[in-house]
Amino acid sequence: MKELVVSKIREGTVIDHISAGKALLVLRILKIQPGTALTVSMAMNVPSKKMGRKDIVKVEGMFIKDEELNKIALISPNATINLIKDYVIERKFKVHPPEVVEDVLKCPNHACISNAEREPVKAKFYIKREGMRVTARCHYCGRKIENLDDYIS
Amino acid sequence: MRHLISISDLDREDISYILRKAEEFEDVATGKRKLRILEGKILGNLFFEPSTRTRMSFEVAMKRLGGDVINMTAQEATSIAKGETLADTIRVVSGYCDAIVIRHPLEGAARFAAENSSVPVINAGDGAGQHPTQTLLDLYTIKKECGRLDGITIALMGDLKYSRTIHSLIRALALFDVRIYLISPEALALPEDIMEEVRGEVKRARLEDVISEIDVLYVTRIQKERFPDEEEYRKVSGSYRITAETLKKAKDEMIVMHPLPRVDEIHPSVDTTKHARYFQQSFYGVPVRMAILSEVML
Repeated sequence: MKELVVSKIREGTVIDHISAGKALLVLRILKIQPGTALTVSMAMNVPSKKMGRKDIVKVEGMFIKDEELNKIALISPNATINLIKDYVIERKFKVHPPEVVEDVLKCPNHACISNAEREPVKAKFYIKREGMRVTARCHYCGRKIENLDDYIS
Repeated sequence: MRHLISISDLDREDISYILRKAEEFEDVATGKRKLRILEGKILGNLFFEPSTRTRMSFEVAMKRLGGDVINMTAQEATSIAKGETLADTIRVVSGYCDAIVIRHPLEGAARFAAENSSVPVINAGDGAGQHPTQTLLDLYTIKKECGRLDGITIALMGDLKYSRTIHSLIRALALFDVRIYLISPEALALPEDIMEEVRGEVKRARLEDVISEIDVLYVTRIQKERFPDEEEYRKVSGSYRITAETLKKAKDEMIVMHPLPRVDEIHPSVDTTKHARYFQQSFYGVPVRMAILSEVML
């Protein structure tokens, strides 16, 4: 008998095909933090035909904006989004990395102005996708980041 | 409004335009011709880090064109830094003047300043980041002294890892048809990401192997303040030193450049050779900065 790891949701956003182990980073990107009033369920290391293992995040009662969801492509370019209404998939799409992100990544360069305390500055990065590889370049100091997982703010 | 933050913001055409304009200002820079096109304009020099020639040459450029200058020195900057953010300082000072020249220890500070300024901002060095006006005067020196930019062979020697002058210059040279040799100790080699950006005619070399082939030898100081500790600095400083003897096999018309100040990487015996151009290079900073100032303020 098939068994659902995480129950179906009536309405909301399902983020599927997240690279295994990155569900918590997805929540961080979406700024869903402890203390949230949203009902959020999460499954990690779920067996997957395509990916071997994958993570899934379901956010009930909320349609997250495409521009927020596309930020997930920074760490998991294969992720797919299902927007659910009355238990039915209303829209399905693959995430695409945005060209520019603000306040999502932190510059690894300690001497970068974007890390200056008290300055009213938002860390801003230009995103480039080459196949499955996603890289970011700091708007201020020009530093290139290859391993984006390590620099989610 | 136009800012000048990074050499990468300029294309080949922009660079050629500024260099042509600088040439028109050369006799004004020497005081032979009077020109007051910036009369009534005020330049704000904001130096959060010490500087002599960059600050002075901006000041001279402005004054030779009939304009005025207000200065904030590194010392005054320290007292401001105690309570005020850079963003606020820029918002205030941009109300006092028609353009701002900024030098700051943090990378990207000039771009951030431009975002908070109501007047054009010119980057005069942001930490280990960019120093575009130095690059433009370097290109101007090559063009004036070698007669061209396309087709030259240049060797960049010294601190290729930390030198912002080298990083900016190499990116700009990549816009032209130039062959570049990199001469440095392993520990001070050009960072990989810049190597990647300028792929093509860039090769690591030893000076003795290329000295007879090059048109320009660009030497940089091994900067103590960019090293994490004194021990590492001592290991490499002094290992790359040019003397008149070193240049014996060079072509007659080969020029030696240096952004100055030099410590001991160019021996004074080089000063009297036909190759030395570093003092001329320093002077060229004035017409080039005149071209930039008139471009952003008029």
